[in-house]
Amino acid sequence: MAASKTLGESLREHGVSRRGFLKFCAATASMMALPPSMGPVIAAALEKARRPSVIWLSFQECTGCTESLTRSHSPTVEDLIFDVISLDYHHTLQVAAGAQAEAAREQAMKENHGEYLLVVDGSLPGPNMNPGYSTIAGISNYEMLKEAVAGAKAIVAVGTCAAFGGLPAAAPNPTGAVSVLDIVKDKPVINVPGCPPVPMVITGVLAQYLVFGKLPELDEYHRPKAFFGQSIHDRCYRRPFYDKGLFAESFDDEGARKGWCLYRLGCKGPSTYNACATMRWNSGTSWPVESGHPCLGCSEPKFWDAGGFYVPLSAPLGSPGSTLLAAGVTGAVVGGVAAALAKKRATTAAAEREPVTVEELEQKL
Amino acid sequence: MSELTLERGLNALRAEIDAPVAAFFSSCVHCGICATACPFCTETGDPKYTPILKLEPLRLVWESEFTLWGRIKSSLGLSRKVTDEMLAEWEELLYDSCSMCGRCSIVCPVGNDLQYMIRKTREGMVASGHAPEGLIGAAGRAIRTGSPMGLQWKTLDVQIKHVEGSTGLEVPVDKAGADYLVLLSSMEIINFPEYLEAITKIFDHAGVKWTLSTDCFEATNAGIQIGSKDIAAELVERVVSAATKLNVKNVISPECGHAYTAIRWEGPNLIGRSYPFRVFHIIEVLDDLRASGRLQTEGKETDRLSMHDPCNLARKSGVIQQQRNLMDLVAENFVDLKEHGKYQWCCGAGGGVSSNERAEPLKMAAFKRKKAQIEEVEPERMVTMCATCRTQLEEGLEEFNMDIPVVGLTEMIADHLVEKGPPRG
Amino acid sequence: MSDPMGFLLWVKGPGLNWALAIFALGMLVRIVEIFMLGRKTNYAEPKGGEWGPGFKTILTRSVADPGTFARAPFNVVVGWIWHIGFLITLLLFIPHIELFRGVLGIAWPGLPNPVVDAVTAITILALVATLVHRLQHPVKKRISTPEDYLVWTVTFLPLLTGYLAYHRLVNPYPLILGLHILSVNLFLVVFPFTKLTHVFTAFIARWYNGAIFGRKGVES
Repeated sequence: MAASKTLGESLREHGVSRRGFLKFCAATASMMALPPSMGPVIAAALEKARRPSVIWLSFQECTGCTESLTRSHSPTVEDLIFDVISLDYHHTLQVAAGAQAEAAREQAMKENHGEYLLVVDGSLPGPNMNPGYSTIAGISNYEMLKEAVAGAKAIVAVGTCAAFGGLPAAAPNPTGAVSVLDIVKDKPVINVPGCPPVPMVITGVLAQYLVFGKLPELDEYHRPKAFFGQSIHDRCYRRPFYDKGLFAESFDDEGARKGWCLYRLGCKGPSTYNACATMRWNSGTSWPVESGHPCLGCSEPKFWDAGGFYVPLSAPLGSPGSTLLAAGVTGAVVGGVAAALAKKRATTAAAEREPVTVEELEQKL
Repeated sequence: MSELTLERGLNALRAEIDAPVAAFFSSCVHCGICATACPFCTETGDPKYTPILKLEPLRLVWESEFTLWGRIKSSLGLSRKVTDEMLAEWEELLYDSCSMCGRCSIVCPVGNDLQYMIRKTREGMVASGHAPEGLIGAAGRAIRTGSPMGLQWKTLDVQIKHVEGSTGLEVPVDKAGADYLVLLSSMEIINFPEYLEAITKIFDHAGVKWTLSTDCFEATNAGIQIGSKDIAAELVERVVSAATKLNVKNVISPECGHAYTAIRWEGPNLIGRSYPFRVFHIIEVLDDLRASGRLQTEGKETDRLSMHDPCNLARKSGVIQQQRNLMDLVAENFVDLKEHGKYQWCCGAGGGVSSNERAEPLKMAAFKRKKAQIEEVEPERMVTMCATCRTQLEEGLEEFNMDIPVVGLTEMIADHLVEKGPPRG
Repeated sequence: MSDPMGFLLWVKGPGLNWALAIFALGMLVRIVEIFMLGRKTNYAEPKGGEWGPGFKTILTRSVADPGTFARAPFNVVVGWIWHIGFLITLLLFIPHIELFRGVLGIAWPGLPNPVVDAVTAITILALVATLVHRLQHPVKKRISTPEDYLVWTVTFLPLLTGYLAYHRLVNPYPLILGLHILSVNLFLVVFPFTKLTHVFTAFIARWYNGAIFGRKGVES
């Protein structure tokens, strides 16, 4: 349900001091790479922000994105932010269940038609697939999405599944899973990929949308450039080792223990765009590379089918070795046949050859 | 009587394609280094004489008929066809500006034996009627008279008598069972009669059982020069026939370049069987005699001498050290040209070029490379072991007003033989 | 480009597979076509062997004789530089070694990235120099065909795009890495139909050369 209180009023009610609030806004500004002068602007905007209605649809997902979101640090302020969004529908976080939950969703959609923010996590079976692959209250994901999109102001696709299809869409994609953008063509969509996304990235995007009321600058994959504009490789603290050519060759070997680059163990950092290397996880505790595991490239499309988590980025996909062999054998056979035919022509030519005589030569004089 | 046609020429080229040819054409990267080894190219500065370019007709046949990709390209009309016009244009490239010296073959970085392929391409030129007049004339005379210059036994006989007279030794003729059948070149009979006298003396001195043959005395092979295996085979058969008739163990090729290549390397393949005898160049025989102590010499030439290695002998047959061993016997002031032996430079006259009057200007141009080599070393005389090379050196040095006499190695050896007793009267 | 990752995954997946297939098929056709022609029996008495001199020439022909070096210094020196540079970049760069491990199942030690980077830069400059030389030198100009320039281009592009990718000079990275792999695919596809076959056939040619000369008693 929409509330009439502003965000500023809500925060004060909950005992968040003006100072604490401003600190948060300053942090948000710097996190979005905005100048410090934007801090007060953010504060002013958030003060006045009305709690918008947010409908969160979960389709073919593992709930990891929600788990990540609820692990977001600074519980005080983010939770409050969450409190001050009217989260009108969310499978994991809502109290209601069954028909009541669906009724709440329908009511929120009706009351806030044209204004609510639609958040989607998980991929959905495509429109031509058997709708029974994934349903909620007997409604197919596709139908539910179409209906929800109709009244949404904007859509945020959280997690790689919603943004790109993710794990369900990985080969052989038995449910014909597609991403939100595959379906939604006429409303603004922000992709917040990651498997799961960095918690602060989720809340940061939401905050950015709340503050500015419009889409942030997006890249070719509709990802906010503020969080997805830099590659892991360019922000990785192990980059000097890559640059020097010092690599771990196997897990826990000498190089690994020295914290050398994990390229040879399959790190997809060079081609992955996300905020993990700077914002890190668990209140900035660590992130995969720092704990010794190569980046999976989980914020990129098709990362499950990109060759293997422990196979280096430069390795080929498929089985090129057997391609070479098969093609080579075919070539040898084809060449053999072609050469045999050519040789036959030559031997026939040689056999039918008339010897040259001086008389013939002298004819040309 | 049938005619020489383009189709017969293409047929001849087809018959020449083998695995080496295919490997060579597959490997050429157009680096142009072969041009830096060709005196016709370096001394005229004209890139059209680049060796690999001379082979274009052969390459086109190989590509369009012996490679799958080439056949596809050809069927789509994407490759050049070999025509009479093209072959006419290539006549100068394959004959006038190429002595088949093989220097390109040893510098090519990818290992192409271009000379091998030039020889093959000439087969196509001959069969299509695109060979030079001069070589056609030589071939005709060789087939009809036995000598490319029309020389007959009776002329040689005069020389034989002269040699016998002045040496007091016998020049054996038609001696069955001799160890060595000696062949001569018409050029040397006419220009350098001292050769026959020299070997007469040397073989007597060393006790070598040798003979000439009235059936066949000519070593040179106009068929090789023009590039016709039919004509070349017929000429080789005469040598084989004469050698077999006299039942000799070995045949000696004289101071000539291509004659050695013709009999030693091409001959058995032209006639399709191995010889019942062995073949040597006179220099190989002489060095053998030296090594086995059968040559007693005295005195040495004292003037500054240098040497021109005939291409067919040195680079194309590996006879390099032998002539130097012989020089050490009779010369005390011998200095090699800077690039000698395998890397020596062609005099410009071999491979039929000197029989091709039209090629005279190119031949003289190519000689400038040799001239530069000689100028670098400043010898007082030049020594060589091929009558064609010798003639070219003499003519070239004269053309450029260089007073450097040229002498044959065999006659130089003969001049230093220790007399074995008073000459028989 | 709207889907750089998709592009990258295609070029290093199906793209590379097709390119390798065409490369292997084309090369084997050519090699079989060469060997099946064979040689006629040689009846002339040999003066030396074929096998030893053949293999020796494979090695010695890489080194120019002093005279050729003096007459073609650019060809010899720059030729050495860019060939060796190309091989170092291709074979001793660790990400490439991982590529070979993925294709052939074998790997070997590599050189530090900065070393390969410097070598690549030198190789690129050397290759540009060879293009200029080919356009200007009278002999090369005369004997060059459009194929020579095509081959130069498909050889140059992997080096250029690789350099750009390594230095992340084009964004996003999957795009430039994809272009690099695409340029390699192009190289592989063009390979068997051009003089690039010399990469393999030059060894065959050198062997025949050494064999032919060696049989006649000429040292390699």
